[in-house]
Amino acid sequence: MAGHSGESHVHPVSLYTRTLWWLMALLVLTVVAGYIPNIPNWLGVVIALTIAVWKATIVIMNFMHVRFSGKLAWLFAGAGFFWLVIMLAFAFADYVSRPWEPFHGWPE
Amino acid sequence: MATTTYTGGQKQNYLNWKTTLASWLFTLDHKRIAILYLVSISIFFLLGGLAAGVVRAELATPKGDLLTSDVYNKMFSAHGIIMIFLFLIPSIPAVFGNFLLPLMIGARDVAFPRLNLLSWYVFMAGAACILIAILRGGIDTGWTFYTPYSSSFAKGEVSLAIVGIFLTGFSSIFTGINFLVTIHKMRAPGMTWFRLPLFVWAMYATSLIQVLGTPVVAITLLLVAVERTFRIGIFDPSLGGDPILFQHLFWFYSHPAVYIMILPAMGVISEVISAFSKRRVFGYHFVAFSSLAIAIIGFLVWGHHMYTSGQSMYAGIVFSFLTWIVAIPSAIKTFNWMATIWKGRVHWDTPMLYALGFMGLFVIGGLTGLHLAALATNVHLTDTYFVVAHFHYVMVGGAIMGYLAALHFWWPKMTGRMYPEGWGKLAALLVFVGFNLTFFPQFLLGYMGMPRRYHSYPEEWAVLNLLSTAGSTVLGLGYLLPVIYLTWSLKYGTVVTERNPWGARGLEWELVDTPPDPHNFERTPIVTRPAYDYNHPEEPTGFVPKPRPVVVGGKDG
Repeated sequence: MAGHSGESHVHPVSLYTRTLWWLMALLVLTVVAGYIPNIPNWLGVVIALTIAVWKATIVIMNFMHVRFSGKLAWLFAGAGFFWLVIMLAFAFADYVSRPWEPFHGWPE
Repeated sequence: MATTTYTGGQKQNYLNWKTTLASWLFTLDHKRIAILYLVSISIFFLLGGLAAGVVRAELATPKGDLLTSDVYNKMFSAHGIIMIFLFLIPSIPAVFGNFLLPLMIGARDVAFPRLNLLSWYVFMAGAACILIAILRGGIDTGWTFYTPYSSSFAKGEVSLAIVGIFLTGFSSIFTGINFLVTIHKMRAPGMTWFRLPLFVWAMYATSLIQVLGTPVVAITLLLVAVERTFRIGIFDPSLGGDPILFQHLFWFYSHPAVYIMILPAMGVISEVISAFSKRRVFGYHFVAFSSLAIAIIGFLVWGHHMYTSGQSMYAGIVFSFLTWIVAIPSAIKTFNWMATIWKGRVHWDTPMLYALGFMGLFVIGGLTGLHLAALATNVHLTDTYFVVAHFHYVMVGGAIMGYLAALHFWWPKMTGRMYPEGWGKLAALLVFVGFNLTFFPQFLLGYMGMPRRYHSYPEEWAVLNLLSTAGSTVLGLGYLLPVIYLTWSLKYGTVVTERNPWGARGLEWELVDTPPDPHNFERTPIVTRPAYDYNHPEEPTGFVPKPRPVVVGGKDG
């Protein structure tokens, strides 16, 4: 048994309500960030993704009990994020490198 | 549990200890859930095969004289969707993974039996949605649901089919999680990682893909449904979306999904080749790690489906390079299987014939994949019948040959009956010949430029298409035969009472009754030998410890 993942935990309801309120607050923050005037697109994306990662992290930690789990659960949760990074990195690499092509369409 | 109807005379096993319909529909026994999957996916396989038969019948002549183009689109879409999502993906993992994993590692059941049953119900709900969508007018997008076909131009019941695939995806995730936890936490004492049968390693790698990849395609298809329903721009350019983004997200899962279909078959082939060559799998560690390598590298190659989609050519170069790399672990497996057979005491039973068929067809499928991985040849071959042939050599020649090898190998263990060997060999031969006759001409057609997904074609391609259609009838007969003789054997087949009719190694053969007891093992077994230890036939792989004597009146008594 890795860590103490085989044990059952009893958590106070306040943990879940606190997590819920955090998520609601971050939802409001996401909406507010969407209405900030005159910021560059890339900054908007960075802000939105940062809030999204923040939300996902507290869901994984508290609702999914990863913070109370053994190393194996941490490894698998981390792998999930790593795979997401692979997907985003390769997909973005396509978009970023399209303008580098020497010509677009068939040459005349 | 008040429904025990097992009567004396026959030893209690998982099939006879309860016989009511409810005892099957609410069972938590991994073996019975495997049988539920077996029955369901067999029906779906026949439906998908029927659709393929209609497609081949249309293509027997150059003119589109049997179906309209719209109906043809719906027919090949139905074939692809049913075969991939309702048969190939659940086939070996859900049937043989469920049945064998606990037996192979010395466990009582999977880690989460209720989740296991739920996965079957969720799968069936998804299947119902897909079949209703097909019956209510069909889907004309192909199994890939490419936007904008699926978002702006689809005429059929795309949203319902997407909901169905979303559900079957979650069924797959449930199974994957269950297997990962089972393999990590429920191995018997002495069953170390490097004593695991290679089928278990293959299932572990498959489960990783199911857990890490399936959520992506589920959400991607859900986004298509959201776009169709609420007109929120995600993939539709007229709404501000990007159709190529769909292809990225779709193939991020759907290329690794090819390995969900083929990796378990590779695990089966390792078991069968070892059992019928009476040798330990050559290079055990390499074969085990090659499964993980395929699972991991398989996630880095999806862009090879998109060379001509408008994807950056620089991304194409990287994806092409990575695709060539994924051939290496596949080659490791193939060479090690050949080395296992070399100087082995080979027995030519039906499962071995399917395993040898797998090797030949998978090698052709894999090598033609390299033509498609190379950027230059891919441009010529994209969307031609060359792709169709390559895909079927891997998926049908590989995954279904592996599935049939598994079905024949473990059939006596699952049912306690033996099928007629002569019919089994004939069916294996018909499948091999019929398959090659169906799909080899398609390589030539594709090379000559015949595009896929059209219901009519020029006269000069008529002969090769007719050959292909003729082959499909032989192939269909080859598939129909096992349905008949395996069903027949349930009542009339020779009764198998010995645990190990093939003389194979492994806990499921050496320590488990035929058919297995509802509780698998009398007590938790202890594993003492490595897997496939054919050099020491006198030493069992493990043993079930005797019960401790009950001391009455002792200190604690």
